[in-house]
Amino acid sequence: MAERYNFGAGAGGVNVETTVLGADEIILNMGPQHPSTHGVLRVKLRLDGEKVVGSECVIGYLHRGVEKIAEHRSYQQFAPYVDRMDYVAAVSNGLGYCETVEKLLGAEAPPRARVIRTILTELQRIASHLFWLGTHALDIGALTPLFYCLREREEILKIFEKYCGARLTTHAFRIGGLQYEAYDELEKDTERFCKDFDRRVDEYESLLTENRIWVGRTKGIGVLTADAAIAMGVTGPVLRASGVQWDIRKSMPYAAYDQYEFSIPTGKNGDTYDRYLVRLEEMRQSRKICLQAIENIPAGPILGKVGKVLKPPPGEVYHSIEAPKGELGYYIVSDGTTQPYRVRIRPPSLINLEALDQMIRGHLVADVVAVIGTLDIVLGEVDR
Amino acid sequence: MPYVLPVLFALVIVALLPLVAGYIVLVERKVMADMQVRLGPMRVGPHGLLQPIADAVKLLLKEDIIPESADRLVFWGAPLISVTTAMVALAALPIGPFFQIAELNIGLLFILGVSSLGIFGIVLGGWASNSHYSLLGALRSAAQLVSYETSAGMAIVGALLLAGTLSTRGIVQAQAQTEVWFIFAAPVGFFIYLVASIAETNRAPFDMPEAESELVAGYMTEYSGFRWALYFLAEYTNMIVVASIATTLFLGGWLRPFASTSYLDFLDWLPPLLMAGVAGYCFWRAPKQPVAVQKMFMAAVGLLCIVLALVLIMPMAAPRDSFLASSKAGIHGAFWFLFKVGAYIYVFMWLRFTFPRYRFDQLMRLGWQFLVPLSIVNVMGIGVGLALHRQLNWPAAPALILGIVLTLVAGAYLLATGEKHEHPRVGEEEEEETPVNA
Repeated sequence: MAERYNFGAGAGGVNVETTVLGADEIILNMGPQHPSTHGVLRVKLRLDGEKVVGSECVIGYLHRGVEKIAEHRSYQQFAPYVDRMDYVAAVSNGLGYCETVEKLLGAEAPPRARVIRTILTELQRIASHLFWLGTHALDIGALTPLFYCLREREEILKIFEKYCGARLTTHAFRIGGLQYEAYDELEKDTERFCKDFDRRVDEYESLLTENRIWVGRTKGIGVLTADAAIAMGVTGPVLRASGVQWDIRKSMPYAAYDQYEFSIPTGKNGDTYDRYLVRLEEMRQSRKICLQAIENIPAGPILGKVGKVLKPPPGEVYHSIEAPKGELGYYIVSDGTTQPYRVRIRPPSLINLEALDQMIRGHLVADVVAVIGTLDIVLGEVDR
Repeated sequence: MPYVLPVLFALVIVALLPLVAGYIVLVERKVMADMQVRLGPMRVGPHGLLQPIADAVKLLLKEDIIPESADRLVFWGAPLISVTTAMVALAALPIGPFFQIAELNIGLLFILGVSSLGIFGIVLGGWASNSHYSLLGALRSAAQLVSYETSAGMAIVGALLLAGTLSTRGIVQAQAQTEVWFIFAAPVGFFIYLVASIAETNRAPFDMPEAESELVAGYMTEYSGFRWALYFLAEYTNMIVVASIATTLFLGGWLRPFASTSYLDFLDWLPPLLMAGVAGYCFWRAPKQPVAVQKMFMAAVGLLCIVLALVLIMPMAAPRDSFLASSKAGIHGAFWFLFKVGAYIYVFMWLRFTFPRYRFDQLMRLGWQFLVPLSIVNVMGIGVGLALHRQLNWPAAPALILGIVLTLVAGAYLLATGEKHEHPRVGEEEEEETPVNA
């Protein structure tokens, strides 16, 4: 009788007992097996008709204990595991981890490695955003953009494959730099992709941006004000669409981002439509960064001097990067052995997902799907 | 023996319809694939031509599942209602001047009435499943159908005013006499009917009841195997029905383009030429198929097309007063009718793969605040035009054009004012939720 569901924990939620629901309210379990919860997210919705009056996310269906695994692996051994968190943007995960361990070691990747890292990470950002755009449009009912997006994403995956042999979970970088030298035509491939890509983004825009139905489905949906976004620690495009100009690539530059010109697109209203526009513009900016980076890739070694056995001095370090989905942070505590004492990962998807309840209240079931899509969550990262 | 022919026709329809529906699904998948830079079904038969049969066999052999808490009888009967009503509606439609099961003087009324009953299949199916998704899908479907039947009905009234009869055959004959298809006399009415018929058949962008990304599969969520196939059959039969209504009412039914212009009679050669072209393509592609079975099948398809071309050409080549020559109207009429129905269904598919999905409240707003008023204005506009023509002896064209312009102005006004009424967040007044027993 007294099973309590905490609807909307945190964001001014209230406790409601399921047993005393009014006749006009139903509890709808969305997921974990549902076509548009992007994996195994389960959302308990309290509905008044089709209107959402409360919600609760149930997560953990994909929990693999990544953080705990880290405590039993050496620093190098753990690197491939982070690829499996946000598997849509594995390269970014790897960059974050490698840079954090480098910071812990006091080492630094050589300039050539940093530039190549930047190129691959930006390509990964484009790939991740493309996948988001396709699935988001699919959730809202536009079937076709998905296939165009996957077509372009395929080009990027081919570049990854040529570079390191893997397409999805790439394990592209190594602590201290790169494992592999760039293949001969990396610049050429990147340039060819970038040349074509601007036109392709325009194509997506022509399909959606001014489409009456698309605008109707996204404008004013899932509004997140700047204050609320900051209060909840939301980062990435979701935060920027609310009008906050915060991008770690600019504010705390890492890799080689300080060398390149690019702007941070922001939105005004913080609704689903703005988030869509912001991500589209981010793809264009990423393309710009790639084009600048391939202009001048410095020569030199690709792996800094970090030694074969990594034994960082005791201490702790936090380092975060701007992953496609937001701030991806690693907090590593070292006890001076070859294995980390504790690794804590701040996944952007999890933090962004916390805003879901606030964003969907008062909307209809159909909007829940749109909002889950616009948050761009990957459950592998939420549950780790 | 007045019943022999209609019964024969009915048998043909019942026997062929599942096959036709299956192949419409295949065509839809191919069209979708083409729009999405991929190939679509390619495995079963050449270019996936046997896919519908493989699907049907698979669905027939599937385990028959009825959820434990479902209302067994209703669950069992609901798909049958959907299929039956959809099929019965086909009875009054003239597929060519010759091929019609029943010529009713209230034909159109009968079709509308019967096909509206199909909603019972959906509502009962959703209710009997005893699942939230199904229930939501069924309720949406009911609300949607009621809303859009209204505007579809009013759009039809516009065309009926022009035709002056409810008999489907009479409507086509009226278009033959005036030498103008009603799509040109009442374009707004056609547009309204197009939108409303998409909504009525629950197709994207109005596929609320089965919105995959929201309600999993709507009222069909708990259905599987052959019962599911029946719902599918009903959906596609309904598509054929609404396309046939639109063809009959607005697109000149079985009439050839420029049917009464004798110097354009060479257009009669188009159907056989088209079939011969398809046959030629099949023969050209047949040797390139990878497997012997596929080669044979492709050649068989080519042969079938040749046969069809011959059937189409025979009445034209036959002597003037032979029996064959007299069957020309029937055969060519059927061809043009099916061609137009196909084109109409293609538009359905085209829209489906281009547009995102409306939200439910937006759908309702579009229906009630835009389409219903517009369709009423449309009826008035046509009425004004007809009154000017018949009472004041204006020439027909300017009178009708005046009516159309009136309707368009009203439509523009509705569009302009409709924007202001949009409330993105339903129920902005946040309900205070008081914790009970807190």
